[in-house]
Amino acid sequence: MIPRPRPERFRLRRTMMFMNAQKPGLIKDAYIYGCDSIMLDLEDAVAENQKDAARFSLYHALKTVDYGSTEVIVRINGLDTPHWREDIRVCVAGGADGIRIAKCESAQDVKTVEAAVEAAEEEFDVERGRTLLMAALESPKGILNAYEICCASERMLGVAISGGDLRKCLQTSPQRDGVDMLAARGQVILAARAAGVQCFDTVFTNLDDQEGFEAEVLQNKAMGFDGKSLINPKQIRFVHQVFAPTQKEIAQAEKIIRAYREQSASGVGVFTVDGKMIDIAFIPGAERTLKLARACGLYEGDLV
Amino acid sequence: MEILRSAMAGTLESSDAQVTVEPGEGGIELELSSSVMNQYGRQIKATVLETLERLEVKDARVTVVDKGALDCTLKARVECAVFRSCGKSAENIPWGGAVR
Repeated sequence: MIPRPRPERFRLRRTMMFMNAQKPGLIKDAYIYGCDSIMLDLEDAVAENQKDAARFSLYHALKTVDYGSTEVIVRINGLDTPHWREDIRVCVAGGADGIRIAKCESAQDVKTVEAAVEAAEEEFDVERGRTLLMAALESPKGILNAYEICCASERMLGVAISGGDLRKCLQTSPQRDGVDMLAARGQVILAARAAGVQCFDTVFTNLDDQEGFEAEVLQNKAMGFDGKSLINPKQIRFVHQVFAPTQKEIAQAEKIIRAYREQSASGVGVFTVDGKMIDIAFIPGAERTLKLARACGLYEGDLV
Repeated sequence: MEILRSAMAGTLESSDAQVTVEPGEGGIELELSSSVMNQYGRQIKATVLETLERLEVKDARVTVVDKGALDCTLKARVECAVFRSCGKSAENIPWGGAVR
């Protein structure tokens, strides 16, 4: 049995790759690809008559495979199915780091799952509060309720847009410039930032369209997403590249933090660095840049 | 557990195993074929028998067609087939108990 460290609510999650929990060939070595999180799927990837088999397979994978520092999240079936309660039991018993709530539409959905998770933690003698939650927003109602969903539980690590169902509801289809999802993406980012949780964009499903994929990732980064859901290992590298800070950003962040520490020690609150005004409001952003740089292997200093 | 009717779990894909359980005629009767029989036959057999023992299956005909499954997959497939044969695979699985 592989003991996993306590999951961290806030950690680097640039890439979350979906894996069918029913396919042993996929889940046994999912960690080798180097994505930040893997998403073992009990929902849409698993046929209705194989839901039971997928849970047995998931349980033993969670207990046997050493996923190392890769975060292990499980996507459970929707609350409108007969499967989600047993899905939660197996996730908690197996020690998954987090649970992704499919088709989440309200704070109440999160609370319903949270209550079942708590009961399972009790049943399987798992540390209370260990299992994190995240929500997939797949409907206009889910998007509109994003803020209350983000705030619904102390276990919430973030929210992800799920584009397939959402585009259907919105009566649109993928567009080159992303205008089909612009309103939804904007709303989700605002909600997540207001609530202080992370947000992740939907998958890009056309594996033959690398140009379209890259354009979407660049837009995700520019809009402020923390990361993206992926369906194929070949998508990981580009996202990691895009989400890594540039050398210039790293140097600037270091400079800001050093200057801030010196200046505030001598009683100065606002000052300039390379001609730009800097005060305490810039510090969290600079620290985040250095933490991200460290996670990407680009920073070895001791400022964060 | 008592094998009430025949049930199957798993596929013939690489790294998987297909396990069929049927009511037995007194004792465990195991029929195993594997793509890695020479290297791992004994280990596979031991894993399947251990899993059946943990589930207290004493009377069954078990057929395993292995396609290079890891131990954890073999266990999962045997357990699923047994729970299916009793109509108990959908909920209240004893995770960490008989299933471990």
